[in-house]
Amino acid sequence: MQKLTNRSVAVAKKEMSFIERLYLPAILSGMRITVGHFFKKKATINYPEVKREFSAVYRGQHVLKRDDAGAERCTACGLCAVACPAEAITMTAAERKKGEEHLYREEKYASVYEINMLRCIFCGLCEDACPKEAIFLTDRITPSYYHRKDHVYGKDKLVETMLNRVDVSKRQTAEVAAFKKQPGFGHNQLHQ
Amino acid sequence: MIVMVTFLIYKIIMVVAVFAIALLTGMYSTYAERKIAAFLQDRVGPNRAGPFGILQPVADGVKMFMKEEFIPGFSNKALFILGPALALMIPFMTSVVIPWGGNLHINGHAYALQVTDINIGILYLFGVVSVGVYGIMIGGWASNNKYSLLGAVRASSQMISYELAMGFSIIALVMHTNTLSMGEMAAQQQGWHWNIFYQPLGFLIFIICAFAETNRAPFDLPECESELVGGYHTEYSSMKLGFYLFAEYINMFISSAVIATLYFGGYNMPLIGRFVHDPNWLTILGTCFLFAKIIFFIFVFMWVRWTLPRFRYDQLMNLGWKILMPLALANIAITGILMYLTGRIH
Repeated sequence: MQKLTNRSVAVAKKEMSFIERLYLPAILSGMRITVGHFFKKKATINYPEVKREFSAVYRGQHVLKRDDAGAERCTACGLCAVACPAEAITMTAAERKKGEEHLYREEKYASVYEINMLRCIFCGLCEDACPKEAIFLTDRITPSYYHRKDHVYGKDKLVETMLNRVDVSKRQTAEVAAFKKQPGFGHNQLHQ
Repeated sequence: MIVMVTFLIYKIIMVVAVFAIALLTGMYSTYAERKIAAFLQDRVGPNRAGPFGILQPVADGVKMFMKEEFIPGFSNKALFILGPALALMIPFMTSVVIPWGGNLHINGHAYALQVTDINIGILYLFGVVSVGVYGIMIGGWASNNKYSLLGAVRASSQMISYELAMGFSIIALVMHTNTLSMGEMAAQQQGWHWNIFYQPLGFLIFIICAFAETNRAPFDLPECESELVGGYHTEYSSMKLGFYLFAEYINMFISSAVIATLYFGGYNMPLIGRFVHDPNWLTILGTCFLFAKIIFFIFVFMWVRWTLPRFRYDQLMNLGWKILMPLALANIAITGILMYLTGRIH
């Protein structure tokens, strides 16, 4: 049979010597090992104070982006909801009225936009499907709640505020942008 | 009259001080245990309550008191309450014969830092420690629960088995020291005359038995959670459970003190007499040395717990009866022969 590693040792079932049967040397060497760990670097991270570094493309809580003028990018086309394999996204579309141009980028917008974070599997297909660069997954973690209804995030939690914009530039590296230009992966094309 | 009053005040201060120190050490042993366990496993340990988690024992105590007090309807109520009370009381009773230091000289009177130096200190210690089994046995039996009863039976048979070997290992020590008084034993070990150098085998047997007596790993079969739910304290809740858990730490403190006193020179430290000459300072330093030794042994207790896996029950009994007992008997014989050869007995 082929060996899986070169560290494997043939097991000899020999009688233990007297010293071995005393177990004391083995106990002492075991204690040496554990006390060695006493001074080792701790694996734990003090979570709320210190946060582990996330990958640039970590898929956490979603954000609904605004454009640079502060208008919501989402036009309630529903492609994200269609793409969602977990059926976590629901929305209600509404027509933009006069005087709301600074609020919504296009004539149609989502008056209600909800993501059920208990259903969401954070696959990122909504982000891929979005033709308006409106929805992105971020490196924020969704917390736990006491009630189910709290896990349904509405626009109040999803839409970014202009004072506290969410940086998604890491998700739009040159490579990502180039990748999205390929036929079938672009934002403004349908999948072939 | 004045002498009587001073004597009483001195004794009361000693008792209260020993009680308070034992409680405090027990409290912080729980903290130390969690920290050491964490460090040995590359974790951080409790660090939320106060700086470095230093208030963790207080938080644990408050938690224990706030928990619902539940006494099962099918239990024997009086015994159910007596169990944990007894378990916590016994280790405090043993603390009275341990010499915590030499003599303090105040106004020409010598005050020994020992609650009472009875001339059969060791016998008293063993007598009281044996009663310690009852705390666990009564608690487990009164719970009227199979798991509790099994835990209690395991605990009592284990403690009784290991008490024998422990007693035999002490007999060899008593042959060597020629006294049963703890105070005299500590005083005899001045300089480098620590008993560990004369009784290494006896010490090994004693410390193994001490682990078994305190129900600590690798001998924590009475409460092996993977087999017996919770062991003898399955039915206990609130501070009654707290008493049982706390008693283990006080026991550990007392055991460490006994080990340090019997085998590691107690409050004696070699060479210190060369640098310090004032007898009072020597006494205070001696007490500090004793506590350093105790803390080291408490650390060893925890260190072993987080290194060694638990025994199987038949292995435990084999070790106790077939290995430690004969070894302790052989130790007595060897000690006797050596004492005869070196001319200490005729």
